[in-house]
Amino acid sequence: MNQPGWNPVADLQQMWALPFMVNAYRAGTVLALLAGLVGFLMVTRRQAFAGHTLSAVGFPGAAGATWLGVPAALGYFGFCVAAALTIAAAPSSARLRFSEENALVGTVQAFALACGYLFVVLYHGVLGGTTALLFGSFLGVTAGQVTTLAVLAVVLLAVLAAIGRPLLFASLDPQAARASGVPVRALDVVFLVLLAATAAEVVQITGALMVFTLLVLPPAAARELTCRPAAGLALSVVLALLVTWVALGVAYYSPYPIGFWLSSIAFGTYLLARATRAVRDRVPA
Amino acid sequence: MTAPWTGLAHMLSHPFMQHAFVAGTAIAAAAGLIGYFLVLRGQVFTADALSHVAFTGALAALAFGLDARLGLFVLTIGVGIAMGLIGQGGRPDDTVIGAVFAWILGLGVLFLSIYTTRRSGSNGNGAVAVLFGSVLGLSGPRAWLAAGIAVGVIVLLLALARPLLLATLDERVARAAGVPVRLLGLAFLALTGATAAEATQVVGALLILGLIAAPAAAASRLSSRPFRAMGLSAALAVASVWIGLGASYALPSTPPSFAILAVATAIFAGAAVVRRTATATTGSPASRRC
Repeated sequence: MNQPGWNPVADLQQMWALPFMVNAYRAGTVLALLAGLVGFLMVTRRQAFAGHTLSAVGFPGAAGATWLGVPAALGYFGFCVAAALTIAAAPSSARLRFSEENALVGTVQAFALACGYLFVVLYHGVLGGTTALLFGSFLGVTAGQVTTLAVLAVVLLAVLAAIGRPLLFASLDPQAARASGVPVRALDVVFLVLLAATAAEVVQITGALMVFTLLVLPPAAARELTCRPAAGLALSVVLALLVTWVALGVAYYSPYPIGFWLSSIAFGTYLLARATRAVRDRVPA
Repeated sequence: MTAPWTGLAHMLSHPFMQHAFVAGTAIAAAAGLIGYFLVLRGQVFTADALSHVAFTGALAALAFGLDARLGLFVLTIGVGIAMGLIGQGGRPDDTVIGAVFAWILGLGVLFLSIYTTRRSGSNGNGAVAVLFGSVLGLSGPRAWLAAGIAVGVIVLLLALARPLLLATLDERVARAAGVPVRLLGLAFLALTGATAAEATQVVGALLILGLIAAPAAAASRLSSRPFRAMGLSAALAVASVWIGLGASYALPSTPPSFAILAVATAIFAGAAVVRRTATATTGSPASRRC
Protein backbone atom coordinates (compact mmCIF):
# COMPACT_ATOMS: atom_id res chain seq x y z
CA MET A 1 0.00 0.00 0.00
CA ASN A 2 1.02 3.62 -0.59
CA GLN A 3 2.05 5.74 2.33
CA PRO A 4 1.70 9.51 2.19
CA GLY A 5 4.83 11.41 3.17
CA TRP A 6 5.03 14.76 4.89
CA ASN A 7 5.48 16.73 1.70
CA PRO A 8 2.10 17.14 -0.03
CA VAL A 9 3.67 18.33 -3.29
CA ALA A 10 5.84 15.24 -3.51
CA ASP A 11 2.82 13.07 -2.69
CA LEU A 12 0.80 14.60 -5.48
CA GLN A 13 3.73 14.17 -7.88
CA GLN A 14 4.06 10.54 -6.91
CA MET A 15 0.32 9.93 -7.33
CA TRP A 16 0.10 11.68 -10.68
CA ALA A 17 3.15 9.88 -12.02
CA LEU A 18 0.80 6.92 -12.42
CA PRO A 19 -1.25 7.11 -15.64
CA PHE A 20 -4.29 5.47 -14.07
CA MET A 21 -4.44 8.09 -11.33
CA VAL A 22 -4.19 10.89 -13.88
CA ASN A 23 -7.04 9.29 -15.82
CA ALA A 24 -9.04 8.86 -12.65
CA TYR A 25 -8.62 12.55 -11.84
CA ARG A 26 -9.53 13.61 -15.37
CA ALA A 27 -12.63 11.43 -15.40
CA GLY A 28 -13.54 12.49 -11.87
CA THR A 29 -13.34 16.16 -12.85
CA VAL A 30 -15.61 15.72 -15.85
CA LEU A 31 -18.14 13.74 -13.84
CA ALA A 32 -18.13 16.07 -10.85
CA LEU A 33 -18.77 19.03 -13.15
CA LEU A 34 -21.73 17.30 -14.75
CA ALA A 35 -23.12 15.83 -11.54
CA GLY A 36 -22.83 19.14 -9.70
CA LEU A 37 -24.96 20.92 -12.31
CA VAL A 38 -27.55 18.26 -13.03
CA GLY A 39 -27.71 17.22 -9.38
CA PHE A 40 -28.49 20.78 -8.33
CA LEU A 41 -31.46 20.86 -10.68
CA MET A 42 -32.51 17.42 -9.44
CA VAL A 43 -32.48 18.55 -5.81
CA THR A 44 -34.29 21.77 -6.70
CA ARG A 45 -36.98 19.78 -8.49
CA ARG A 46 -37.19 17.31 -5.57
CA GLN A 47 -36.50 14.38 -7.87
CA ALA A 48 -33.92 12.69 -5.68
CA PHE A 49 -35.84 9.43 -5.83
CA ALA A 50 -35.95 9.48 -9.63
CA GLY A 51 -32.25 10.31 -9.68
CA HIS A 52 -31.43 7.39 -7.43
CA THR A 53 -33.51 5.05 -9.54
CA LEU A 54 -31.95 6.20 -12.81
CA SER A 55 -28.49 5.66 -11.39
CA ALA A 56 -29.37 2.21 -10.04
CA VAL A 57 -30.52 1.27 -13.55
CA GLY A 58 -26.90 1.49 -14.64
CA PHE A 59 -26.35 -1.92 -13.03
CA PRO A 60 -28.68 -3.92 -15.31
CA GLY A 61 -27.36 -1.81 -18.17
CA ALA A 62 -23.80 -2.93 -17.60
CA ALA A 63 -24.74 -6.50 -16.67
CA GLY A 64 -26.97 -6.82 -19.73
CA ALA A 65 -24.27 -5.44 -22.01
CA THR A 66 -21.75 -7.92 -20.59
CA TRP A 67 -24.19 -10.79 -21.03
CA LEU A 68 -24.98 -9.86 -24.64
CA GLY A 69 -21.40 -8.95 -25.43
CA VAL A 70 -22.10 -5.37 -26.53
CA PRO A 71 -20.12 -2.32 -25.33
CA ALA A 72 -20.91 -1.42 -21.73
CA ALA A 73 -21.56 2.24 -22.54
CA LEU A 74 -24.40 1.18 -24.84
CA GLY A 75 -25.97 -0.79 -22.01
CA TYR A 76 -25.66 2.07 -19.55
CA PHE A 77 -27.22 4.65 -21.84
CA GLY A 78 -29.85 2.31 -23.28
CA PHE A 79 -31.17 1.20 -19.90
CA CYS A 80 -30.95 4.59 -18.21
CA VAL A 81 -32.74 6.45 -20.98
CA ALA A 82 -35.39 3.71 -21.26
CA ALA A 83 -36.03 3.98 -17.51
CA ALA A 84 -36.23 7.77 -17.77
CA LEU A 85 -38.85 7.54 -20.50
CA THR A 86 -40.84 5.00 -18.44
CA ILE A 87 -40.86 7.35 -15.46
CA ALA A 88 -41.71 10.29 -17.70
CA ALA A 89 -44.75 8.37 -18.93
CA ALA A 90 -46.28 8.68 -15.45
CA PRO A 91 -49.51 10.64 -15.51
CA SER A 92 -48.74 14.20 -14.56
CA SER A 93 -52.36 15.11 -13.83
CA ALA A 94 -51.72 17.33 -10.87
CA ARG A 95 -53.38 15.73 -7.88
CA LEU A 96 -52.31 12.12 -8.15
CA ARG A 97 -48.86 12.95 -9.23
CA PHE A 98 -46.69 12.67 -6.19
CA SER A 99 -47.64 9.27 -4.83
CA GLU A 100 -48.28 7.73 -8.25
CA GLU A 101 -44.93 8.77 -9.60
CA ASN A 102 -43.30 7.61 -6.39
CA ALA A 103 -44.69 4.10 -6.70
CA LEU A 104 -43.84 3.88 -10.37
CA VAL A 105 -40.27 5.02 -9.75
CA GLY A 106 -39.85 2.44 -6.99
CA THR A 107 -41.18 -0.35 -9.17
CA VAL A 108 -38.92 0.62 -12.08
CA GLN A 109 -35.91 0.60 -9.77
CA ALA A 110 -36.59 -2.77 -8.18
CA PHE A 111 -37.43 -4.41 -11.48
CA ALA A 112 -34.33 -2.99 -13.14
CA LEU A 113 -32.08 -4.25 -10.34
CA ALA A 114 -33.77 -7.65 -10.51
CA CYS A 115 -33.06 -7.73 -14.25
CA GLY A 116 -29.44 -6.89 -13.51
CA TYR A 117 -29.27 -9.81 -11.11
CA LEU A 118 -30.81 -12.10 -13.72
CA PHE A 119 -28.23 -11.01 -16.31
CA VAL A 120 -25.40 -11.68 -13.86
CA VAL A 121 -26.78 -15.14 -13.10
CA LEU A 122 -27.31 -15.95 -16.79
CA TYR A 123 -23.79 -14.80 -17.58
CA HIS A 124 -22.44 -16.90 -14.70
CA GLY A 125 -20.65 -13.70 -13.82
CA VAL A 126 -17.87 -13.44 -11.36
CA LEU A 127 -19.04 -12.04 -8.04
CA GLY A 128 -16.17 -9.57 -7.94
CA GLY A 129 -17.54 -8.15 -11.17
CA THR A 130 -20.93 -7.64 -9.56
CA THR A 131 -19.56 -5.60 -6.69
CA ALA A 132 -17.46 -3.52 -9.09
CA LEU A 133 -20.57 -2.76 -11.14
CA LEU A 134 -22.46 -1.78 -8.00
CA PHE A 135 -19.79 0.07 -6.12
CA GLY A 136 -17.40 1.20 -8.79
CA SER A 137 -13.69 1.07 -9.38
CA PHE A 138 -12.08 4.21 -10.68
CA LEU A 139 -8.72 2.55 -11.07
CA GLY A 140 -9.37 0.96 -14.43
CA VAL A 141 -10.22 4.15 -16.31
CA THR A 142 -8.44 4.33 -19.67
CA ALA A 143 -7.49 7.43 -21.64
CA GLY A 144 -10.00 6.47 -24.31
CA GLN A 145 -12.77 6.30 -21.73
CA VAL A 146 -11.86 9.75 -20.46
CA THR A 147 -12.17 11.16 -23.98
CA THR A 148 -15.55 9.50 -24.47
CA LEU A 149 -16.77 10.77 -21.11
CA ALA A 150 -15.59 14.29 -21.92
CA VAL A 151 -17.26 14.34 -25.34
CA LEU A 152 -20.55 13.10 -23.90
CA ALA A 153 -20.31 15.58 -21.06
CA VAL A 154 -19.87 18.44 -23.55
CA VAL A 155 -22.99 17.31 -25.41
CA LEU A 156 -25.01 17.08 -22.19
CA LEU A 157 -23.76 20.46 -21.01
CA ALA A 158 -24.69 22.00 -24.35
CA VAL A 159 -28.24 20.66 -24.00
CA LEU A 160 -28.34 21.93 -20.46
CA ALA A 161 -27.12 25.36 -21.53
CA ALA A 162 -29.76 25.50 -24.25
CA ILE A 163 -32.68 24.72 -21.94
CA GLY A 164 -31.09 26.05 -18.75
CA ARG A 165 -33.12 29.20 -18.16
CA PRO A 166 -36.62 27.87 -18.83
CA LEU A 167 -35.70 24.66 -16.97
CA LEU A 168 -34.63 26.55 -13.87
CA PHE A 169 -37.78 28.65 -14.06
CA ALA A 170 -39.96 25.54 -14.43
CA SER A 171 -38.10 23.85 -11.57
CA LEU A 172 -38.44 26.73 -9.14
CA ASP A 173 -42.03 27.66 -9.92
CA PRO A 174 -43.85 25.29 -12.29
CA GLN A 175 -47.16 27.11 -12.12
CA ALA A 176 -45.79 30.53 -12.98
CA ALA A 177 -43.67 28.95 -15.72
CA ARG A 178 -46.70 27.22 -17.22
CA ALA A 179 -48.70 30.44 -17.05
CA SER A 180 -46.02 32.31 -18.98
CA GLY A 181 -45.94 29.75 -21.77
CA VAL A 182 -42.94 27.59 -20.81
CA PRO A 183 -43.48 23.99 -22.01
CA VAL A 184 -43.19 22.51 -18.51
CA ARG A 185 -44.22 18.98 -19.44
CA ALA A 186 -41.70 18.75 -22.29
CA LEU A 187 -38.99 20.12 -20.03
CA ASP A 188 -39.86 17.46 -17.45
CA VAL A 189 -39.20 14.72 -19.98
CA VAL A 190 -36.03 16.33 -21.32
CA PHE A 191 -34.70 16.78 -17.81
CA LEU A 192 -35.35 13.15 -16.87
CA VAL A 193 -33.48 12.00 -19.98
CA LEU A 194 -30.66 14.40 -19.13
CA LEU A 195 -30.56 13.06 -15.59
CA ALA A 196 -30.47 9.51 -16.93
CA ALA A 197 -27.63 10.31 -19.31
CA THR A 198 -25.70 11.96 -16.50
CA ALA A 199 -26.26 8.94 -14.27
CA ALA A 200 -25.11 6.67 -17.09
CA GLU A 201 -21.92 8.75 -17.37
CA VAL A 202 -21.15 8.83 -13.70
CA VAL A 203 -22.03 5.18 -13.10
CA GLN A 204 -19.06 4.07 -15.19
CA ILE A 205 -16.68 5.34 -12.55
CA THR A 206 -18.55 5.25 -9.28
CA GLY A 207 -20.68 2.13 -9.78
CA ALA A 208 -24.47 2.04 -9.81
CA LEU A 209 -25.01 2.51 -6.10
CA MET A 210 -22.58 5.38 -5.58
CA VAL A 211 -23.65 7.72 -8.41
CA PHE A 212 -26.23 9.11 -6.13
CA THR A 213 -23.59 10.40 -3.73
CA LEU A 214 -22.30 12.89 -6.29
CA LEU A 215 -25.78 13.74 -7.54
CA VAL A 216 -27.34 14.55 -4.19
CA LEU A 217 -24.79 15.52 -1.55
CA PRO A 218 -22.87 18.49 -3.07
CA PRO A 219 -26.09 20.10 -4.41
CA ALA A 220 -27.85 19.56 -1.08
CA ALA A 221 -24.94 21.22 0.71
CA ALA A 222 -25.01 24.12 -1.77
CA ARG A 223 -28.72 24.62 -1.17
CA GLU A 224 -28.12 24.84 2.55
CA LEU A 225 -25.58 27.61 1.98
CA THR A 226 -27.41 29.85 -0.45
CA CYS A 227 -30.95 30.48 -1.61
CA ARG A 228 -29.91 32.14 -4.89
CA PRO A 229 -30.13 29.67 -7.79
CA ALA A 230 -27.12 30.90 -9.78
CA ALA A 231 -24.83 30.99 -6.73
CA GLY A 232 -26.15 27.59 -5.66
CA LEU A 233 -25.43 26.10 -9.05
CA ALA A 234 -21.85 27.38 -9.00
CA LEU A 235 -21.30 26.32 -5.40
CA SER A 236 -22.68 22.87 -6.12
CA VAL A 237 -20.17 22.36 -8.95
CA VAL A 238 -17.27 23.62 -6.81
CA LEU A 239 -18.21 21.33 -3.93
CA ALA A 240 -18.62 18.34 -6.24
CA LEU A 241 -15.16 18.96 -7.70
CA LEU A 242 -13.52 19.35 -4.30
CA VAL A 243 -15.20 16.26 -2.88
CA THR A 244 -14.17 14.16 -5.87
CA TRP A 245 -10.56 15.34 -5.87
CA VAL A 246 -10.09 14.85 -2.14
CA ALA A 247 -11.82 11.45 -2.19
CA LEU A 248 -9.65 10.19 -5.04
CA GLY A 249 -6.51 11.29 -3.23
CA VAL A 250 -7.55 9.74 0.06
CA ALA A 251 -8.70 6.51 -1.59
CA TYR A 252 -5.33 6.20 -3.31
CA TYR A 253 -3.54 6.21 0.04
CA SER A 254 -5.99 4.01 1.91
CA PRO A 255 -7.05 0.38 1.72
CA TYR A 256 -10.76 1.26 1.72
CA PRO A 257 -12.89 1.71 -1.40
CA ILE A 258 -13.52 5.00 -3.21
CA GLY A 259 -17.28 4.77 -2.63
CA PHE A 260 -16.82 4.95 1.10
CA TRP A 261 -14.52 7.98 0.93
CA LEU A 262 -16.60 9.78 -1.65
CA SER A 263 -19.79 9.45 0.35
CA SER A 264 -18.17 10.15 3.73
CA ILE A 265 -16.38 13.30 2.57
CA ALA A 266 -19.47 14.51 0.73
CA PHE A 267 -21.67 13.80 3.75
CA GLY A 268 -19.21 15.64 6.00
CA THR A 269 -19.46 18.64 3.66
CA TYR A 270 -23.24 18.46 3.81
CA LEU A 271 -23.24 18.35 7.62
CA LEU A 272 -20.86 21.35 7.71
CA ALA A 273 -23.18 23.23 5.38
CA ARG A 274 -26.18 22.46 7.59
CA ALA A 275 -24.27 23.55 10.68
CA THR A 276 -23.23 26.78 8.94
CA ARG A 277 -26.83 27.53 8.09
CA ALA A 278 -27.99 26.77 11.61
CA VAL A 279 -25.41 29.17 13.04
CA ARG A 280 -26.26 31.82 10.45
CA ASP A 281 -29.97 31.51 11.19
CA ARG A 282 -29.36 32.04 14.88
CA VAL A 283 -27.14 35.10 14.47
CA PRO A 284 -29.27 38.04 13.25
CA ALA A 285 -27.80 39.62 10.15
CA MET B 1 -55.37 -32.51 -15.68
CA THR B 2 -53.23 -34.25 -13.16
CA ALA B 3 -49.87 -32.98 -14.43
CA PRO B 4 -49.98 -29.51 -12.84
CA TRP B 5 -51.12 -30.90 -9.51
CA THR B 6 -48.42 -33.54 -9.34
CA GLY B 7 -45.90 -30.87 -10.30
CA LEU B 8 -47.18 -28.67 -7.49
CA ALA B 9 -47.07 -31.53 -4.99
CA HIS B 10 -43.57 -32.36 -6.15
CA MET B 11 -42.45 -28.78 -5.67
CA LEU B 12 -43.94 -28.59 -2.18
CA SER B 13 -42.37 -31.89 -1.14
CA HIS B 14 -38.95 -30.21 -0.94
CA PRO B 15 -38.30 -28.83 2.54
CA PHE B 16 -36.49 -25.77 1.13
CA MET B 17 -39.54 -24.91 -0.97
CA GLN B 18 -41.81 -25.31 2.07
CA HIS B 19 -39.60 -22.97 4.07
CA ALA B 20 -39.50 -20.47 1.21
CA PHE B 21 -43.29 -20.51 0.99
CA VAL B 22 -43.76 -20.14 4.76
CA ALA B 23 -41.40 -17.18 5.11
CA GLY B 24 -42.25 -15.68 1.73
CA THR B 25 -46.00 -15.63 2.33
CA ALA B 26 -45.82 -13.91 5.70
CA ILE B 27 -43.20 -11.39 4.62
CA ALA B 28 -45.04 -10.59 1.40
CA ALA B 29 -48.25 -9.94 3.31
CA ALA B 30 -46.42 -7.59 5.67
CA ALA B 31 -44.69 -5.83 2.75
CA GLY B 32 -47.99 -5.45 0.91
CA LEU B 33 -49.71 -3.87 3.91
CA ILE B 34 -46.83 -1.55 4.79
CA GLY B 35 -46.41 -0.72 1.11
CA TYR B 36 -50.00 0.46 0.81
CA PHE B 37 -49.45 3.05 3.52
CA LEU B 38 -46.08 4.05 2.06
CA VAL B 39 -47.65 4.72 -1.33
CA LEU B 40 -50.56 6.57 0.24
CA ARG B 41 -48.23 8.72 2.33
CA GLY B 42 -45.85 9.36 -0.57
CA GLN B 43 -43.01 7.75 1.36
CA VAL B 44 -41.78 5.15 -1.10
CA PHE B 45 -38.40 6.89 -1.18
CA THR B 46 -38.11 6.33 2.58
CA ALA B 47 -38.57 2.62 2.00
CA ASP B 48 -35.94 2.79 -0.74
CA ALA B 49 -33.53 4.40 1.69
CA LEU B 50 -34.30 1.85 4.41
CA SER B 51 -33.70 -1.02 2.02
CA HIS B 52 -30.20 0.30 1.37
CA VAL B 53 -29.73 0.76 5.09
CA ALA B 54 -30.63 -2.91 5.42
CA PHE B 55 -27.73 -3.73 3.16
CA THR B 56 -25.32 -1.77 5.33
CA GLY B 57 -26.73 -3.28 8.53
CA ALA B 58 -26.39 -6.84 7.34
CA LEU B 59 -22.87 -6.27 6.06
CA ALA B 60 -21.80 -4.49 9.25
CA ALA B 61 -22.92 -7.52 11.23
CA LEU B 62 -21.15 -9.87 8.81
CA ALA B 63 -17.97 -7.79 8.89
CA PHE B 64 -17.83 -8.02 12.67
CA GLY B 65 -18.82 -11.67 12.75
CA LEU B 66 -22.33 -11.24 14.15
CA ASP B 67 -25.60 -12.68 12.91
CA ALA B 68 -26.70 -10.66 9.86
CA ARG B 69 -30.25 -10.31 11.14
CA LEU B 70 -29.11 -8.48 14.27
CA GLY B 71 -27.46 -5.73 12.26
CA LEU B 72 -30.42 -5.65 9.90
CA PHE B 73 -33.10 -5.03 12.48
CA VAL B 74 -31.12 -2.69 14.72
CA LEU B 75 -29.99 -0.44 11.90
CA THR B 76 -33.16 -0.35 9.77
CA ILE B 77 -35.49 0.34 12.69
CA GLY B 78 -33.04 2.85 14.19
CA VAL B 79 -32.55 4.77 10.94
CA GLY B 80 -36.29 4.62 10.24
CA ILE B 81 -37.04 6.34 13.53
CA ALA B 82 -34.16 8.81 13.08
CA MET B 83 -35.51 9.84 9.66
CA GLY B 84 -38.90 10.42 11.18
CA LEU B 85 -37.37 12.58 13.90
CA ILE B 86 -35.61 14.79 11.32
CA GLY B 87 -38.73 15.41 9.25
CA GLN B 88 -41.76 17.44 10.15
CA GLY B 89 -44.76 15.43 11.34
CA GLY B 90 -42.81 12.21 10.98
CA ARG B 91 -42.35 12.69 7.21
CA PRO B 92 -38.75 13.47 6.26
CA ASP B 93 -37.75 15.63 3.30
CA ASP B 94 -36.53 13.92 0.12
CA THR B 95 -33.17 15.62 0.03
CA VAL B 96 -32.41 14.83 3.66
CA ILE B 97 -33.27 11.17 3.08
CA GLY B 98 -31.08 11.11 0.01
CA ALA B 99 -28.15 12.72 1.80
CA VAL B 100 -28.33 10.37 4.78
CA PHE B 101 -28.67 7.19 2.86
CA ALA B 102 -26.00 8.06 0.30
CA TRP B 103 -23.62 8.13 3.22
CA ILE B 104 -24.97 4.98 4.86
CA LEU B 105 -24.55 3.19 1.57
CA GLY B 106 -20.95 4.37 1.55
CA LEU B 107 -20.52 2.79 4.97
CA GLY B 108 -21.98 -0.40 3.51
CA VAL B 109 -19.24 -0.38 0.89
CA LEU B 110 -16.67 -0.02 3.64
CA PHE B 111 -18.09 -3.00 5.56
CA LEU B 112 -18.23 -4.97 2.33
CA SER B 113 -14.51 -4.42 1.74
CA ILE B 114 -13.70 -5.31 5.36
CA TYR B 115 -15.83 -8.44 5.08
CA THR B 116 -14.33 -9.60 1.80
CA THR B 117 -10.73 -8.96 2.84
CA ARG B 118 -11.22 -10.71 6.15
CA ARG B 119 -12.87 -13.73 4.55
CA SER B 120 -11.04 -14.03 1.28
CA GLY B 121 -12.23 -17.62 0.92
CA SER B 122 -15.95 -16.86 0.83
CA ASN B 123 -15.45 -14.31 -1.96
CA GLY B 124 -18.34 -11.99 -1.21
CA ASN B 125 -21.07 -14.62 -1.45
CA GLY B 126 -22.64 -13.22 1.69
CA ALA B 127 -22.79 -9.78 0.12
CA VAL B 128 -24.59 -11.00 -2.98
CA ALA B 129 -27.05 -12.91 -0.79
CA VAL B 130 -27.74 -9.73 1.18
CA LEU B 131 -28.20 -7.68 -1.98
CA PHE B 132 -30.35 -10.08 -3.94
CA GLY B 133 -31.78 -12.46 -1.38
CA SER B 134 -31.54 -16.17 -0.80
CA VAL B 135 -35.05 -17.33 -0.03
CA LEU B 136 -34.33 -20.91 -1.06
CA GLY B 137 -31.50 -21.11 1.47
CA LEU B 138 -33.64 -20.52 4.56
CA SER B 139 -33.51 -23.25 7.18
CA GLY B 140 -36.68 -24.40 8.95
CA PRO B 141 -36.24 -22.47 12.22
CA ARG B 142 -35.14 -19.31 10.37
CA ALA B 143 -38.14 -19.50 8.07
CA TRP B 144 -40.58 -19.87 10.95
CA LEU B 145 -38.89 -17.08 12.90
CA ALA B 146 -39.06 -14.78 9.87
CA ALA B 147 -42.73 -15.68 9.43
CA GLY B 148 -43.39 -15.04 13.12
CA ILE B 149 -41.80 -11.60 13.02
CA ALA B 150 -43.75 -10.77 9.86
CA VAL B 151 -46.99 -11.78 11.55
CA GLY B 152 -46.05 -9.56 14.47
CA VAL B 153 -45.52 -6.61 12.10
CA ILE B 154 -48.89 -7.30 10.46
CA VAL B 155 -50.71 -7.42 13.81
CA LEU B 156 -49.11 -4.17 14.98
CA LEU B 157 -49.87 -2.46 11.70
CA LEU B 158 -53.51 -3.58 11.73
CA ALA B 159 -53.80 -2.28 15.29
CA LEU B 160 -52.54 1.11 14.08
CA ALA B 161 -54.38 1.01 10.76
CA ARG B 162 -57.41 3.19 11.57
CA PRO B 163 -55.67 6.14 13.25
CA LEU B 164 -52.78 5.89 10.78
CA LEU B 165 -55.16 6.05 7.86
CA LEU B 166 -56.84 9.11 9.33
CA ALA B 167 -53.48 10.76 9.99
CA THR B 168 -52.42 9.96 6.42
CA LEU B 169 -55.56 11.14 4.64
CA ASP B 170 -56.29 14.22 6.72
CA GLU B 171 -53.63 15.24 9.15
CA ARG B 172 -55.50 18.25 10.52
CA VAL B 173 -58.67 16.35 11.30
CA ALA B 174 -56.59 13.62 12.91
CA ARG B 175 -54.81 16.16 15.08
CA ALA B 176 -58.11 17.73 16.08
CA ALA B 177 -59.48 14.30 16.98
CA GLY B 178 -56.53 13.81 19.31
CA VAL B 179 -54.59 11.32 17.20
CA PRO B 180 -50.85 11.51 18.03
CA VAL B 181 -49.84 12.11 14.39
CA ARG B 182 -46.10 12.43 14.95
CA LEU B 183 -45.87 9.39 17.18
CA LEU B 184 -47.85 7.35 14.67
CA GLY B 185 -45.51 8.49 11.90
CA LEU B 186 -42.52 7.29 13.93
CA ALA B 187 -44.12 3.96 14.81
CA PHE B 188 -44.97 3.47 11.17
CA LEU B 189 -41.37 4.13 10.10
CA ALA B 190 -40.13 1.66 12.72
CA LEU B 191 -42.49 -0.97 11.28
CA THR B 192 -41.25 -0.08 7.79
CA GLY B 193 -37.71 -0.65 8.99
CA ALA B 194 -38.63 -4.04 10.43
CA THR B 195 -40.35 -5.00 7.16
CA ALA B 196 -37.30 -3.94 5.15
CA ALA B 197 -35.10 -6.09 7.38
CA GLU B 198 -37.48 -9.02 6.97
CA ALA B 199 -37.86 -8.68 3.23
CA THR B 200 -34.09 -8.57 2.80
CA GLN B 201 -34.12 -12.26 3.63
CA VAL B 202 -36.54 -13.08 0.81
CA VAL B 203 -35.78 -10.82 -2.14
CA GLY B 204 -32.63 -9.08 -0.92
CA ALA B 205 -31.91 -5.50 0.09
CA LEU B 206 -31.95 -4.08 -3.44
CA LEU B 207 -35.26 -5.61 -4.49
CA ILE B 208 -37.47 -4.99 -1.44
CA LEU B 209 -38.81 -1.89 -3.07
CA GLY B 210 -40.59 -3.91 -5.74
CA LEU B 211 -42.43 -6.03 -3.21
CA ILE B 212 -43.40 -2.89 -1.28
CA ALA B 213 -44.28 -0.48 -4.08
CA ALA B 214 -45.60 -2.54 -6.98
CA PRO B 215 -48.48 -4.48 -5.32
CA ALA B 216 -49.48 -1.41 -3.31
CA ALA B 217 -49.55 0.84 -6.35
CA ALA B 218 -51.55 -1.73 -8.27
CA ALA B 219 -54.02 -2.09 -5.40
CA SER B 220 -54.48 1.65 -4.97
CA ARG B 221 -55.25 1.91 -8.67
CA LEU B 222 -57.77 -0.91 -8.59
CA SER B 223 -59.69 0.16 -5.50
CA SER B 224 -60.26 3.54 -3.91
CA ARG B 225 -61.62 2.09 -0.67
CA PRO B 226 -58.72 2.05 1.78
CA PHE B 227 -59.33 -1.19 3.64
CA ARG B 228 -60.21 -3.13 0.52
CA ALA B 229 -57.13 -1.77 -1.24
CA MET B 230 -54.99 -2.67 1.77
CA GLY B 231 -56.15 -6.28 1.65
CA LEU B 232 -55.75 -6.35 -2.11
CA SER B 233 -52.20 -5.03 -1.80
CA ALA B 234 -51.26 -7.80 0.64
CA ALA B 235 -52.96 -10.41 -1.56
CA LEU B 236 -51.13 -9.21 -4.69
CA ALA B 237 -47.79 -9.27 -2.85
CA VAL B 238 -48.43 -12.83 -1.66
CA ALA B 239 -49.48 -13.84 -5.17
CA SER B 240 -46.24 -12.36 -6.56
CA VAL B 241 -44.19 -14.45 -4.15
CA TRP B 242 -46.16 -17.66 -4.83
CA ILE B 243 -46.12 -17.32 -8.61
CA GLY B 244 -42.50 -16.17 -8.52
CA LEU B 245 -41.37 -19.12 -6.42
CA GLY B 246 -43.29 -21.51 -8.66
CA ALA B 247 -41.83 -19.97 -11.81
CA SER B 248 -38.28 -20.13 -10.53
CA TYR B 249 -38.86 -23.78 -9.59
CA ALA B 250 -40.16 -24.54 -13.07
CA LEU B 251 -37.32 -22.62 -14.75
CA PRO B 252 -34.25 -23.39 -12.64
CA SER B 253 -32.04 -20.80 -14.36
CA THR B 254 -34.30 -18.00 -13.11
CA PRO B 255 -33.35 -16.75 -9.64
CA PRO B 256 -36.42 -16.56 -7.35
CA SER B 257 -35.86 -12.87 -6.56
CA PHE B 258 -36.08 -11.99 -10.22
CA ALA B 259 -39.18 -14.14 -10.77
CA ILE B 260 -40.97 -12.56 -7.78
CA LEU B 261 -40.11 -9.04 -8.93
CA ALA B 262 -41.09 -9.81 -12.52
CA VAL B 263 -44.54 -10.99 -11.37
CA ALA B 264 -45.00 -7.95 -9.13
CA THR B 265 -44.02 -5.61 -11.96
CA ALA B 266 -46.37 -7.40 -14.36
CA ILE B 267 -49.22 -6.98 -11.87
CA PHE B 268 -48.43 -3.28 -11.58
CA ALA B 269 -48.35 -2.88 -15.35
CA GLY B 270 -51.62 -4.82 -15.62
CA ALA B 271 -53.29 -2.56 -13.09
CA ALA B 272 -52.06 0.50 -14.99
CA VAL B 273 -53.79 -0.82 -18.08
CA VAL B 274 -57.03 -1.51 -16.20
CA ARG B 275 -56.69 1.89 -14.64
CA ARG B 276 -59.56 3.44 -12.85
CA THR B 277 -58.72 6.77 -11.35
CA ALA B 278 -57.81 5.92 -7.82
CA THR B 279 -58.56 8.59 -5.29
CA ALA B 280 -55.28 8.74 -3.51
CA THR B 281 -54.43 11.82 -1.54
CA THR B 282 -51.62 14.08 -2.52
CA GLY B 283 -48.76 13.82 -0.13
CA SER B 284 -47.30 17.17 -1.05
CA PRO B 285 -43.53 17.27 -0.61
CA ALA B 286 -42.46 19.04 2.55
CA SER B 287 -41.96 22.67 1.69
CA ARG B 288 -38.54 24.17 2.04
CA ARG B 289 -37.77 27.70 2.91
CA CYS B 290 -36.14 28.68 -0.31
